[in-house]
Amino acid sequence: MDMPAPDPAILGRKAELVARLAEFLPERAVIHDPAETRAYECDALTAYSCPPLAVVLPGSTEEVSRVLALCHAMGVPVVPRGAGTSLAGGALPTADSVILGVARMTEVLETSLEDRMIRVQTGRTNLSVTGAVEEEGFFYAPDPSSQLACAIAGNIAMNSGGAHCLKYGVTTNNLLGATVVLMDGTVVELGGAHMDAGGLDLLGLVCGSEGQLGVVTEATLRILPKPEGARPVLMGFSSSEVAGACVADIIRAGVLPVAIEFMDRPCIEATEAFAQAGYPDCEALLIVEVEGVEAEIDHQLGLITQIARRHDPVEVREAADEDEAARIWKGRKSAFGAMGQMGDYICLDGTIPVSELPGVLGRIGDLSAEFGLRVANVFHAGDGNMHPLILFDANAPGQLETAEALGAEILKACVAAGGCLTGEHGVGVEKRDLMDHQFAPADLAAQMEVKDVFDPAWLLNPAKVFPLAASEARRGARLAAE
Amino acid sequence: MAAAVAAATVPVSVIGGGTSGAAGRGTALSTAGLSGVRLHEPGALTLVAGAGTPLAEVEARLAREGQRLAFEPMDHRGLLGTEGAPTLGGVMAGNVSGPRRVAAGAARDFALGLRFVDGTGRVVANGGRVMKNVTGYDLVRLLCGSRGRLGVITEVALKVLPAPETQGMLVLEGLDVERAVAAMAAALGSPYEVTGAAHDPEQGRTWLRIEGFAAQVDYRLERLAAALADFGPAEVVRDADAVAGVWAGVRDVAAFHGAPGAVWRVHCRPSAAPALVARAGAEAALLDWGGGLIWLRVAEGADLRARLGAFDGHATRVRGTGPEPAAPPEAPGVAALTEGLRRRFDPRGIFDTEG
Repeated sequence: MDMPAPDPAILGRKAELVARLAEFLPERAVIHDPAETRAYECDALTAYSCPPLAVVLPGSTEEVSRVLALCHAMGVPVVPRGAGTSLAGGALPTADSVILGVARMTEVLETSLEDRMIRVQTGRTNLSVTGAVEEEGFFYAPDPSSQLACAIAGNIAMNSGGAHCLKYGVTTNNLLGATVVLMDGTVVELGGAHMDAGGLDLLGLVCGSEGQLGVVTEATLRILPKPEGARPVLMGFSSSEVAGACVADIIRAGVLPVAIEFMDRPCIEATEAFAQAGYPDCEALLIVEVEGVEAEIDHQLGLITQIARRHDPVEVREAADEDEAARIWKGRKSAFGAMGQMGDYICLDGTIPVSELPGVLGRIGDLSAEFGLRVANVFHAGDGNMHPLILFDANAPGQLETAEALGAEILKACVAAGGCLTGEHGVGVEKRDLMDHQFAPADLAAQMEVKDVFDPAWLLNPAKVFPLAASEARRGARLAAE
Repeated sequence: MAAAVAAATVPVSVIGGGTSGAAGRGTALSTAGLSGVRLHEPGALTLVAGAGTPLAEVEARLAREGQRLAFEPMDHRGLLGTEGAPTLGGVMAGNVSGPRRVAAGAARDFALGLRFVDGTGRVVANGGRVMKNVTGYDLVRLLCGSRGRLGVITEVALKVLPAPETQGMLVLEGLDVERAVAAMAAALGSPYEVTGAAHDPEQGRTWLRIEGFAAQVDYRLERLAAALADFGPAEVVRDADAVAGVWAGVRDVAAFHGAPGAVWRVHCRPSAAPALVARAGAEAALLDWGGGLIWLRVAEGADLRARLGAFDGHATRVRGTGPEPAAPPEAPGVAALTEGLRRRFDPRGIFDTEG
């Protein structure tokens, strides 16, 4: 992974930077000892790491503003960090950057059930947002797998999704307002507790911009009443293609499940060995979950199983009670852990049109054989967001590179099928150099012009999202101006 | 379209169907040539169409497959006295949503991807046609609701949803605005998936809509009525056509059609709606989105923003005249970003911005 060479002039001013940060931040909020900054050298994409120059953990929007204004004045790059759970290297530092972590900012600022909103500081974890309102019967809908650990700041930066977005949407659909601090320290309020901010949709633009346009310190989130109940059905099929066709038929029939999860044989076998969920012996299985009260659930599951039976399922297993429902989900929820037991893996995140599932699954199988590495598939089938897991041995020389090359080919296949490189993890550094495969030069230029407006010196979260060659001239303009 | 924009030497106003009254002072640049549904995959909940495609054509195409646009775009013609036919591009450029916005999301929430021509004549694609896509910056959201200020939307990919089997509603009578907003908040905070919550102070009527399978609608209406017992007896309406008629009226603000005066659209927190309605001193009001959207009809020339004072939200004049600009003012930091984006995407100032 190429990263720009650190700027020696910035490295040489570390002591001055730390001293000036200490003028307005508490001592514990400025970390500069290399033994301690090492804890911030990577995120959940552990294949890449680089200790930052320093780490700051401000406690308020005002402190964030002062940090950014100072770094802006000194020309120091800043890498915003939520909880560090990015699978795309979104919070990977450079040696000449300051990590700005929001981990100390976790307060609930306001809750209004009648306005169905909650306002939080963005260091708060995703699950604890729901935790703040669940006693009143509400929840925050986006539910990324890392929701126990991941912060709202990172959710907004990456526009995170989850298993239930077929019905509830992703972060951008559940974000009402945000306090955003620009790189020069300017604080702007976007949206609020009302729906649809006036003017240009800058809130929608900031959401998913991977921390490159501003640092979001507070967010107003939409909360929803919890459904009365939910129940899954498990269905096994003789091939991935048949399972894929069944997904399209279910959606077409007018039933809108909250989740349709897919697992193929390699993944089923791994999770059976790990979690003994009692899954059927088949090539592919679907877990479909619907919500409502008992009568509604019966009705919807009736329609779904009727559709499934047209595809000659190996097995259809409805959950009769809570225990059976938990067992159906057990394997799916332990899938990533099970794969981790088998060795190292790279988790991909391409999305494709649901109608292309059979073809792309076939193509992944061919590529897997060609590169000699196993690929297991477990993903959100209802929205076409695939998560092929490439299994490899990090200790075997060259295997990481082979796995990355295979991953790139799989993502290109997703784009070729009318899909995209990343459905919910973000581009980060991981997919940065594949952007040319999805976007024409004019498409990328338009995005980079937005960056020019929000952060003219290109200091925020450097060397992410855009291919280095494509952004070089703009980043170069910054250096020339100094 | 790209050539037309690149060749323009005087300001142009982008026109879809011309129904929103947004026609500015520039030379009209029509999207009518960009018409037609290019792809509809019912099993993938996806539709791709040219920006000039009439909305009616899109909706008819979807209806044949039992699908619809869930954000329920309003038709401005009756309210604004305009003619023509609403287009898909106009709906997206204006982020035009209807009553179901409160539950399902706005037009912008259903845009999967789009193509646009910026002020230099450059063609830009963003997003795609898949349900989940975080690849690169989200210019789709930026263009939705931009009202032609950054570029001409030429093609849109949309997420569509199954149309429910049927619909029903509860009608509550005689509530004042404060009680009505409380009833709507209770309904929208219930697990019964209310997809419309509106109140007409003149009629003293509050409508709550439920959609789904027939048995589901019956069950939910019954439970919802029980949950709202404190607000008085609720009339249950199960005639789907009658329900559709009421909600089309809410969507298009039918109560204001043909009545004189300026019309304002106020977005606010629902809980602030009663106070805002009281401060507005309007001749007529209609609350949608559980109170999150207030339509106000006031005398021509009324200084409504001054009456409303500061609140969490914004007010836009959609019809009539007055001493203030129609669009809400922006805070300095936001205005600087807006201006920066306009300079980048339309450096020659070719897109008329008064619309």
